[in-house]
Amino acid sequence: MLTPRVYTEIPQRYRLEANKCKACGKVFFPPRLVCTCGSQDFEPYRLPTRGKIVTYTVVRTPGFVFKLQKPIVLAIVELEDGTRIMAQVTDLPPVVEDYSEIIKIGAEVELVFRKIFSEQEAGIHVYGYKCRLI
Amino acid sequence: MREVAVIGVGMTKFGELWNTNLRSLFVEAALKALKDAGVDRLDSMYVGCMTSGLFAHQEHLGALMADYLGQKHLPAYRIESACASGGLAFRLGFIEVASGMSDIVLVGGVEKMHTGADVTDALSTASDSEYEAFLGITFPGLYAMIANAYMHKYRIPYKEFREKLAHVAVKNHEHGSKNPNAQFRMKITVDTVLNSTLVADPLRLMDCSPVTDGAACVVLAPVEIAKKLGKPVVKVIGSGAATSAIALAQRDDIAWLDVVEAAAKRAYDMAKITPKDIDLVELHDCFTIAEVCVLEALGFYEPGGAINAAYNGDTYIGGKLPVNTSGGLKAKGHPVGATGVAQIVEIVEQLRGNAGERQVKGAKRGLAQNMGGSGASSVVHILEVE
Ligand SMILES: [Zn+2]
Repeated sequence: MLTPRVYTEIPQRYRLEANKCKACGKVFFPPRLVCTCGSQDFEPYRLPTRGKIVTYTVVRTPGFVFKLQKPIVLAIVELEDGTRIMAQVTDLPPVVEDYSEIIKIGAEVELVFRKIFSEQEAGIHVYGYKCRLI
Repeated sequence: MREVAVIGVGMTKFGELWNTNLRSLFVEAALKALKDAGVDRLDSMYVGCMTSGLFAHQEHLGALMADYLGQKHLPAYRIESACASGGLAFRLGFIEVASGMSDIVLVGGVEKMHTGADVTDALSTASDSEYEAFLGITFPGLYAMIANAYMHKYRIPYKEFREKLAHVAVKNHEHGSKNPNAQFRMKITVDTVLNSTLVADPLRLMDCSPVTDGAACVVLAPVEIAKKLGKPVVKVIGSGAATSAIALAQRDDIAWLDVVEAAAKRAYDMAKITPKDIDLVELHDCFTIAEVCVLEALGFYEPGGAINAAYNGDTYIGGKLPVNTSGGLKAKGHPVGATGVAQIVEIVEQLRGNAGERQVKGAKRGLAQNMGGSGASSVVHILEVE
């Protein structure tokens, strides 16, 4: 079972489903019903999985669902087509002295499928995309 | 449209007020503002509050606060725009009086944050819940991303950037030490900031505004009524609001607060003035980096220039543009929904010449800038004393 709030976002979190405006070519993730150009004519579009880090941070004091995983590293990634998304940076060593040594603005990353957290006391696993350094 | 003045102001002390509840905070500030205004009736009321539902398990604040203020049948509205709720409430009260629909309108802001609720989680609802907060990003984290983008964009060496950011907090604590209503009245040094705990790299605990309980209220009236009250007449000469992308990743430039630029342009245009005409500023320093980015978006500094503002002493009381004379969100405290109204309270006290030790000499025009989320909403007001 998934809670309805998690269920509605599955196409984006599992398959990176975005959409693209047929009038101006702008890509939206998550998909939108109306473009900033005013058009409502879209086609389905799948995000590319490679990109580079635009900015990042190391969150030392996350909310309760991420307490076990702290610190967590998050980045804004600009994908190869120019679309930007936020994602956790995963597959890092468990102990890092200085994150600025291994994570740089401009570093290349790829999106991967991972567990994000376990929901509430029942522990339902919630999945989605993260990114890892290439 | 009629000219509008602020005829009364009042606020509670800001801080960890464990013995005071949500409704009492609001009513205390409202009674002070009504007493200051010297009015005995209200036509309507606006309550700015971000998330009393999550903090205090209480919504429906319009009715609750009107009831506890003893104003039976008063029309009352609760306004929410995350941390810009108070500023937006003020704008709506201003519009109602300017329109001629009402004469005497009370605008308040309140937040009770020390309730046992998970503060980080409650505040994260001001971000994109599914595409930001879901991933574990927090508000310090979002502003840390802005800070890293800023440092990279303007090619500032880390050590220099870190030290100059710390000066923003040092300056605001210096100002807060002169404010009896501030949560923190202790002065700090650059080392206090640089030795504090890392919260979200590169931001440390002393770069962050605190968790605060508090309320602030003001009373608005047409200028012709204000003139009969025998006090300096503080007019609202400019008001601007704007929204932008809710998710930080979707802003055009992560190191530039376009929403502040848009709101400010509207306020300057309405007031028919430029940044040069402003004598003091209360702005939304939820994090030290926010003060830097906001100063640039308001047009007081070139892009990449405001990192030097506090460091050079420009923004101290007595400097060329005093910023956050109240202590700002950093030292005065940041009860999120109340902040926008508390900024107006400080500007009015300054323009009336009532700011005591914090007084900016000869202040004639002040600007207040309030912001929601990581820069998805902002409200700017310009006040002038006659
Ligand atoms: Zn389009």
